Amino acid sequence: MSETVQVARLNSRGMITLKGDLADQDFQDVAVKITGLSFPSQREIRLSGEMGLAWMAADEVLLMLPVEDVSAAIETADEMLRRAPAVVANVTDARVLFSLKGKRSREVLAKLAPVDLSREAFQPGQIRRTRLAQVAAAFWMPQEAQFEIMCFRSVADYVTELLEMSAAPGTVPEYF
Amino acid sequence: MLILSCPCCGVSAEETEFTPGGEAHLKREGPGSEDAAFRDYLFQRKNPKGVHFERWRHAFGCGKWFHAARCTVTLEVFCTYTAQTANVPKEVIDTIKLRRPEWELNQ
Repeated sequence: MSETVQVARLNSRGMITLKGDLADQDFQDVAVKITGLSFPSQREIRLSGEMGLAWMAADEVLLMLPVEDVSAAIETADEMLRRAPAVVANVTDARVLFSLKGKRSREVLAKLAPVDLSREAFQPGQIRRTRLAQVAAAFWMPQEAQFEIMCFRSVADYVTELLEMSAAPGTVPEYF
Repeated sequence: MLILSCPCCGVSAEETEFTPGGEAHLKREGPGSEDAAFRDYLFQRKNPKGVHFERWRHAFGCGKWFHAARCTVTLEVFCTYTAQTANVPKEVIDTIKLRRPEWELNQ
């Protein structure tokens, strides 16, 4: 019997979607200035406390920051991105976050997502957008044996039940 | 089950992470075209036995559209490539010919 994996819903974190030309220096500067983190390459995420900067697509990054700092950050971004076409959107209320903690969290998530979650394939520093059973989600590892999972608020109840079911004691294999 | 590699975000995943978008490289027949041409553009699809070009969207991932060349008999995926092209790129044809020497485009 392995030790249990803890599922928890995290407090809201401020989230800003930035869409534009990722190679553009101004665009990178905005993301770096707001989060204080280095600009991520493909499928990478930078984290530090409540701050986060994630590569979401070839034309999109996600900024994570304390909720109270969002409006100031959007003003900064709007100001700095005047020259180039870009989208700055406050998506704080669109999404919710969960955490998985425990030695077997890789197994709990692997039961739900069609992703190779072995230690060689998925490591802290990477972000993966995929599906959890029937809904879209993204996850990353703040550190080994720990995941943070992001999904749309409209499916938060569904994902809560999924994760709790997948982490139910006695159902988690020792695979990875 | 197909394993597709999204050329936009570099992820290799199985097909449930993607959404199929039907045949690729269709030429749109718009206003001014013959009725028959418009009908064929809307409804006539190749449905070949063998090499097929398809549109796919990485719906649960980066959300981008791309093209894939695969075999409808063996389900082998020859390659995936950008959707920002009207014709099949030469390197895609070369890749397919390595696996299917007798195959010709538009046969």
